[in-house]
Amino acid sequence: MLSKRLIACLDVRDGKLAKSVRFVNTKDIGDPVEKAREYYADGLDELVFYDITASSDKRAIMLDVVEAVAKEVFIPLSVGGGVRSVADATDLRLAGAEKINVNSAAVARPALVSECAEAIGSQNVVLSMDIRQVPHSSNCPSGYEIVINGGRTPMGIDGLAWALQGEQLGAGELVVNAIDADGTRDGYELKLTAMIAEAVRIPVIASGGAGKPEHLKQALTTGRADAALVASMVHYGEYRVSELKRWLHGEGVKMRMSW
Amino acid sequence: MADPIVIIDYDAGNLRSVQRACAEVGARALISNDPARVRAASRIIFPGVGAAGSAMASLRRNGLADALRSAVDDGKPVLGICLGLQISLRHSEESDTETLGLIPGETHRFRLDRPELKIPHMGWNEVRPVRPHPLLDGIEPGDEFYFVHAYYPAPEDQACVYARTTYEDDFAAAVGRGNYFGVQFHPEKSGRVGLRLLDRFTRWDGQC
Repeated sequence: MLSKRLIACLDVRDGKLAKSVRFVNTKDIGDPVEKAREYYADGLDELVFYDITASSDKRAIMLDVVEAVAKEVFIPLSVGGGVRSVADATDLRLAGAEKINVNSAAVARPALVSECAEAIGSQNVVLSMDIRQVPHSSNCPSGYEIVINGGRTPMGIDGLAWALQGEQLGAGELVVNAIDADGTRDGYELKLTAMIAEAVRIPVIASGGAGKPEHLKQALTTGRADAALVASMVHYGEYRVSELKRWLHGEGVKMRMSW
Repeated sequence: MADPIVIIDYDAGNLRSVQRACAEVGARALISNDPARVRAASRIIFPGVGAAGSAMASLRRNGLADALRSAVDDGKPVLGICLGLQISLRHSEESDTETLGLIPGETHRFRLDRPELKIPHMGWNEVRPVRPHPLLDGIEPGDEFYFVHAYYPAPEDQACVYARTTYEDDFAAAVGRGNYFGVQFHPEKSGRVGLRLLDRFTRWDGQC
């Protein structure tokens, strides 16, 4: 049977690794190529690079990072952050990204999802959604709202409705990033993840809040996610990728165990 | 230097990941849409993602369908990957497309009863060899490869099926006949086990 996936997300700023806690006070933690190589050798199933470079004149550095990683890491590589057009997506694909993550720009202009799906294939378009919990309202009947700009700007768009629209527009996969949980290490937003995973027929990646192996198991079982995304848990050496996979496997979660 | 491997380029996805994986196992591979180059190749990789209909149109328009067919007839080792395998069969349910017919059989869309199983079948899954083949040597029980597909190959002759994978039901994950071999998964994205398969292909004599 299909295995659940463990995905590591590396935030990259100006070509260097950064890890954000609730998207502020980020600090550099090293070389993305070296980290990618280490995780690949340790059995990682998929890698995500998220470009958080602020200045547009430094964005080309990301293409060099992707190119360097693609030369030696032979698992799916997904890249996002600041993708605004098919041209951005195509540049990253040529550099070696398999999948392209779209986020804020797709909220502003949903046709970006369908244009990317048309250009690079649905299966390579990942719609990444930053979502926070809000009181139920006519705008947000699910009780979850889409936010952009790293969580700073609420959009008044219902989280579940946007997930369904994203699937309709041709996204091949969804990242459900719970802004409230992001960086807390208190666990994923399981209710939100399960609600979206049950509503769509495309794979869902749980993101935001992972701190303990138990959280991954929750996301992949009760949270109904197809994949769990981790960052700080593995970036600082607290857990090894292989160790997390072995633990999940021991707990009865189907994982790829030979690499 | 040996003749390069030619990776057939027919507007069906990004082929550089296949080229990079070939480089990793020490093989020079050329991406080309030129039928003359395909005819001159020592061996051919026929990759592809995307839709069967537009892929077939592009192959015919560029004269690549005939070049590929004659390479197969000449006994050159050919490796189909994903859509490349699917359109090597006779017909695809995707847009009701007449495909190359290198292998008798059809490509079907997944119809799954279990609602928790997503389409496409995306991720790592076990590939179980069901009969020996030089390209599958060394695959151990539990070895997984990376898949992304909504359609699957169904060859008529079970003797053409070399490996199976389970997604609700079993489907053919590797299909071969003579010097042609096709895989539904992506060896270029499947870590060490995938690279090993590509390495074997770069040295395969087309016999099985």
